[in-house]
Amino acid sequence: MKELRLMKGNEAVAEAAIRAGADGYFGYPITPQSEILEYLMAQKPYETTGMVVLQAESEVAAINMVYGGASCGKKVMTSSSSPGISLKMEGISYIAGAELPALIVNVVRGGPGLGTIQPSQSDYFQATKGGGHGDYRLIVLAPSSVQEMYDFVKLGFDLSFKYRNPAMILTDGVIGQMMEKVELDDQIPRSTREEIIKACPWATTGKTPDRERNIITSLDLDSSKQEKHVLKLGAKYDKMEAEEVRYETFGCDDAEYIFVAFGSSARICQKSMEMGRAKGIKVGLLRPITLFPFPKKPIKELAKKVKGMLVVEMNLGQMIEDVQLAAECKTKIEHYGRTGGIIPTPEGILNALEKQIIGG
Amino acid sequence: MTREEIIKEENLVYKKTALFTDKALSYCPGCGHGTVHRLILETIEEMGIQASTIGVAPVGCAVLAYEFMDIDMMQAAHGRAPALATAVKRLNPDQYVFTYQGDGDLAAIGTAETIHACNRGENFTIIFINNGIYGMTGGQMAPTTLPNMKASTCPYGRDTAMMGNPLKMTELVAQLPGTYYVTRQSVHTAGAVRKCKKAIRKAFENQKLDKGVSFVEVVSNCNSGWKMTPVQSNKWMEENMFPYYPLGDIKVPQV
Repeated sequence: MKELRLMKGNEAVAEAAIRAGADGYFGYPITPQSEILEYLMAQKPYETTGMVVLQAESEVAAINMVYGGASCGKKVMTSSSSPGISLKMEGISYIAGAELPALIVNVVRGGPGLGTIQPSQSDYFQATKGGGHGDYRLIVLAPSSVQEMYDFVKLGFDLSFKYRNPAMILTDGVIGQMMEKVELDDQIPRSTREEIIKACPWATTGKTPDRERNIITSLDLDSSKQEKHVLKLGAKYDKMEAEEVRYETFGCDDAEYIFVAFGSSARICQKSMEMGRAKGIKVGLLRPITLFPFPKKPIKELAKKVKGMLVVEMNLGQMIEDVQLAAECKTKIEHYGRTGGIIPTPEGILNALEKQIIGG
Repeated sequence: MTREEIIKEENLVYKKTALFTDKALSYCPGCGHGTVHRLILETIEEMGIQASTIGVAPVGCAVLAYEFMDIDMMQAAHGRAPALATAVKRLNPDQYVFTYQGDGDLAAIGTAETIHACNRGENFTIIFINNGIYGMTGGQMAPTTLPNMKASTCPYGRDTAMMGNPLKMTELVAQLPGTYYVTRQSVHTAGAVRKCKKAIRKAFENQKLDKGVSFVEVVSNCNSGWKMTPVQSNKWMEENMFPYYPLGDIKVPQV
């Protein structure tokens, strides 16, 4: 029987980091995710597992601490919310360019600018299309429950080490702040120096006589070499698209209409689905779990057989572009979104389906 | 006398430091960077800590420092080296960690990272090369460019009323309780090189004590950026840089 605990989404992230055997967390306070750093400082994992926890002087410093730690093959992470994630983008680009594993959590709030502290999904483009400079991709995981906030920390670390690529948990103030029960795993011990040297032969662990020196860099002034490097990154992203797509469907078998939504929007859509079905509308839900790699195939397959899709997001319309590309014009696709920290209601979503798709 | 007869151990007065790679230095002839690299590598060799040293290279002329140093290194984003080093040292407290940074990197874009790493008393070594100019990008004004000194972005000289005064970063960090040893050196004469070597050795040795940051500024020349010959640049440095950036220890450990 697993240990059960009632936790906030942000606390679940912090607890998961400790139990996943993370070596370090580097963060800077920003609403609505400060509980992650607060929880870690209260738990004092540096006295139990030896995990380093540090409040940095800025988000910029925090992500660069992650860069330094990841260079050494350590399991390191940071978290922030939208304006802070923008500050981290330089570092994220370097981490991706230098092919380092790292976990970044974005508990999204409404923007642009300082925006609001209320939940939003308006950083979808930033997370999935770049944000930082250069040709790179993040592995982007979108939890829709506190349990997934917990589970995706380990998953994010595992995928980031598997691909030597930064992973991001893209969540929002709803999931970060709400409380649910969480099944906790047993403590995974932190990797020993020997284990790191074996698993990460590329890491800067100190040059020993048995190997060449290790260099962590994203720089190559020789364009032909730099192109080769970027093509290698590209091949890695192709592999992710082939092997790491994760999604969930509800009531799609007999569906005439489909909601496509991620994270907290997907949970609200489940209620809209129930209400629609009660009225005789055959509506299903597809919830992308990985936003990159994006579930293109299942969307394309569904697009061939349904009468329309409503993409529901807490933004002006960002994921809809990926849904449209995946659907290849096989069905009608519309967007319903609320922004600025407003959370859509199940009624509003169902109403939009009836107006924009069924009656439109 | 043949070449082979000359090359004998007893005739050896100077040799390439073992921890230098065979890569030709990318620095301009006459520049002090190569000398400081050598002093760091000699120190690591003499202390026998190659396997436990991790270096952090900056953005600037020394961006390729890892090409020349036969140790594990990482290349930081501009100004962020002290943040990387903070994590590297905290996650590997038994390793020797150092950053190598120029004036633009450390005293302009990386001011926050520098000040806060020093203020937290991180247990690593900062080597700070101050030549009063942005060398790599082609001679632009640095935070340490002297008043009235010309650079490509202050072609009529640094107007302090408009552009502010040169920043004495080393004096500044010496005020912080987190710094343990703060010194300013140069490498333009044989005597200065020897003194600087001692300072660097001390700055590395201090890491055994876990007392905070050891900070070594090296006031150096940039003959290309200053548009002088190496000899002229060293003379100009003595006459102009040293009065503003006086050499010597600024903070020494109280025993």
